Amino acid sequence: MTAVAQPAAAAGTSGDGRFFFFFRRIFPFIGYAILIFVAFLEITPFVLTLANSFKCDPAITSYPAAFIPTFNMVQCVTDDGAGRLTAAEQVNGAFFNPTTSGYDRILGQGANLPRWALNTVLYAVAVMVLRLIFDSLAGYALARLRFPGNRFLFFVVLGVLMIPGVVLLIPRFLMLQQLGLLNTYWGYYLVLGADAFGILLMKQFFESVPKEIEEAAFVDGASRVTTFFRIVLPMATPALVALAIFSFQGQWNNFMDALIIVGTDQSMYNLPLGLTVLRGSGQDIQYDLVLAGSVITTIPMAIIFFVFQRYFVEGVSYSGLKG
Amino acid sequence: MATQTAAAPMKNSNAKLQEAISGWGFILPAFLILFVFMILPLFVAGYFSLTDWNGRRPLTSPDPFELVGLENYQTLLVSGRRVDDFYNALKNTVYYVAGVVPTQTAIALVLAVIVNQRWLKGRGFFRTAFYFPSITSSIVVSMIFLFLFSNTGPVNGAIRALFPGYQNVSWLTDNNGLIHNFFGLFGVTSRTAPEFLTETEIFRISLWEWISGPSVAMFTIMVLAIWTTIGTMMVVYLAALQNIPSHVYEAAAVDGATQVQIFRKITLPLLRPTTFFVVTLGLIGTFQVFDQVYMLRDEQTRESTMSVAYLVYDTAFNLSDPRMGLASATAVTLFIIIFVATILQRRLVGGDRPVDQ
Repeated sequence: MTAVAQPAAAAGTSGDGRFFFFFRRIFPFIGYAILIFVAFLEITPFVLTLANSFKCDPAITSYPAAFIPTFNMVQCVTDDGAGRLTAAEQVNGAFFNPTTSGYDRILGQGANLPRWALNTVLYAVAVMVLRLIFDSLAGYALARLRFPGNRFLFFVVLGVLMIPGVVLLIPRFLMLQQLGLLNTYWGYYLVLGADAFGILLMKQFFESVPKEIEEAAFVDGASRVTTFFRIVLPMATPALVALAIFSFQGQWNNFMDALIIVGTDQSMYNLPLGLTVLRGSGQDIQYDLVLAGSVITTIPMAIIFFVFQRYFVEGVSYSGLKG
Repeated sequence: MATQTAAAPMKNSNAKLQEAISGWGFILPAFLILFVFMILPLFVAGYFSLTDWNGRRPLTSPDPFELVGLENYQTLLVSGRRVDDFYNALKNTVYYVAGVVPTQTAIALVLAVIVNQRWLKGRGFFRTAFYFPSITSSIVVSMIFLFLFSNTGPVNGAIRALFPGYQNVSWLTDNNGLIHNFFGLFGVTSRTAPEFLTETEIFRISLWEWISGPSVAMFTIMVLAIWTTIGTMMVVYLAALQNIPSHVYEAAAVDGATQVQIFRKITLPLLRPTTFFVVTLGLIGTFQVFDQVYMLRDEQTRESTMSVAYLVYDTAFNLSDPRMGLASATAVTLFIIIFVATILQRRLVGGDRPVDQ
């Protein structure tokens, strides 16, 4: 730690210095090796899932590693229903002849998946809209408006953030049952229509913007409500985008809440719940259905992720810095 | 805080009252939802944990349940019929938390430090690749793992390609504990183990079972959790690293500190709040492991992958023998465990000692 050590290390004369010199030279190689290895582990499962979702069942279990599709589309069952495509007929080394059989079966006639997808969109969009309105209103009140109980309510919201979801499982089920909201869209919207995280996110944002503009508008005679919707909300676009993304992603993938709120009526399922139906039980799994369902569930989120990637990463960083 | 921000341009009481009314009005819808569906349920759970309600008799019928005091907690925690269920689930969950949280935190930190290096090219690519699994549903990830780790799946295939003598491991249905298997390498099995290990029972679970570690099936779920979460944690760490002003490093370098010294004495302590955040998130999430257990469960692994959160669900909605009261008691117990764990880790990580990983 002395000032003398530095030039020595830079010159690489002492044993210690030589070690660090060496270490600095190879560190990038080790670094790249680690990153590439982890990236490989993180990406490969998705590539294999996507590839295998276009295979017939026997080929999925026998040759899961073949991942390059050819242009030669095939069918798993011959038109007369007699012959089935064997694994060896579909796969050739790393190549395979793709089929849409799995997709046809989960999207075709009598299939539930389109309904589940529609439900998922409804749940995710409605909850997102409600949270954008309710969370920003509440966040604004906590950040800007002076009223008795303001500080107390802030701590209440903070406390709500720490309630683990498992504790809510049974009481929510019972309350919705008593209210007659079990397995209804409104049950879902109401239960999840506001959240502590979103309120705190918005509060934090409103505290970071100068209040002169809205005060000017307010003094000019606009009401609080008009000021909020005309002046304040448009300024809050970055925070609203982050909140919208978090909320949409959370509901698109929500399993536990959906299981409780709409879990006893298949026509009300969202995609994650629906996937459990496709999975069935035990180890006798129809992989073509399961994988096709997984791909359909993931694609919309993936598109949103790649379009709004910046906001995802910024949002996570932002919420992380709070803690 | 809001109390400071309202440096009232209008001082009369009428305006103050109007502001108060707006404040309450603005917060009311969100607060109603939080109150009815977050806060109230907490008390409802606490109340039902003191009843013997089974969930079958409608709540509107006369006397659907009786108040039984702490009997459910007794059944669960002390000496009742369900102690082995609870402590088995608790054992699995604690192994799960202890395996997942430190591992994912450490990997995320290492990745973030490398991604933050100035010489790195393709930073955006790596960040995207690591983060992508976090945006997928836990159910989808479980499906993918169901496929990857099946007996004939790609994981076994890849290991066999690397080690030709490899016997397929049934990752998803193997109940043997990891530590049990490790002892097995030295010829110590439940038959040859010292008697006090196999004979002594604590809460009707033998010492041998207590120390035999998470089952292979549970281990697969742990891998799944780590695989999914490191991306999010990495992004959080990366943001914190980028927030450390460069003059801090420069000053240390001028003082002659080596890279390792800088990392241990400057970077890690400055990251302590982030570590606290990441570990807290990790603890709260892992103690409640549910979705993955729900998806990857199997009749064979019912016991060895049972988590406390899944036990709550399983007890409450069991088709043949539903017990809402007992399940509520389980949930409340888990709530207390998570609460205590969070406080403990606050003292560990958030204390005055420098963070040594």
